[in-house]
Amino acid sequence: MKKRWYDYLWIVSLLYLFLGLFNILFAWLGLLCFFTPLIIAVVGGSKAYCNRYCGRGQFFALLGGRFGFSRKKDPPRFLKSRWFRYGFLTFFLTMFIVMLWNTWLVLSGIRELSKTVTLLWTFRLPWHWAYHGSAVAPWVAQFAFGFYSVMLTSTILGIFTMVLFKPRSWCVYCPMGTMTQLICKARSGNNVSLSQNYKENPYIMQSEQ
Amino acid sequence: MQTVAKRVRKATVGREYCVACGCCVKVCPKSAVHIVKGIFAEVDFEKCIGCGKCARECPASVIAISEVPL
Repeated sequence: MKKRWYDYLWIVSLLYLFLGLFNILFAWLGLLCFFTPLIIAVVGGSKAYCNRYCGRGQFFALLGGRFGFSRKKDPPRFLKSRWFRYGFLTFFLTMFIVMLWNTWLVLSGIRELSKTVTLLWTFRLPWHWAYHGSAVAPWVAQFAFGFYSVMLTSTILGIFTMVLFKPRSWCVYCPMGTMTQLICKARSGNNVSLSQNYKENPYIMQSEQ
Repeated sequence: MQTVAKRVRKATVGREYCVACGCCVKVCPKSAVHIVKGIFAEVDFEKCIGCGKCARECPASVIAISEVPL
């Protein structure tokens, strides 16, 4: 199959994590991964970001598929259940708000800048080497540390489920994917008309009976 | 003499649990799968050859290959 430019976006995802090791301010670029899928879903009504442009998904597919780091087993039923997907989205958004709150505390001078990256919302790792002084306001750096924590945490979770289950198992419970699918559902008013081919196809009638 | 109906293999998507990630679209050698409005994947049965690549790739394991009458 012919490769397109967007099939190489996994390099950008890797580069993003790599740059964050040297200068935390690069973490701000991660907002692109946050807003692009939302804009595509709201304006275009599709999950084109997940389907084509998600570098993280491509990275998992490469690592688990071509390099064989995945067991390629079926995920447990709960992982794809609505309560887990929506629950994880709620948890993820809550932690995102906590991160924004911490940024505000630094902005208002209540708290000092914490030069740490928090993995899995629990483990604080020193990351001071990636902060190079006061060229920017402390809250700008605080947001960068927080956002990088989110990105690194989701990558670790994705790698974990990639190894255990299928390469792109992360896509099943990815909060951005869940959110964009919800937006697409809302846009179509939960009333998706199946294509004529699907409606009239005798095979699907057989298999769904 | 009883006639035996010929059966063919086709992919079917469990739409309720499909996350519309598009992994199946990428691996289909016949371009038989597409995502409907960002909600679920749909298989074009005219094109599907039942190779099972989409079912193996699906991270949610919601695609099944079923034998159906021709």
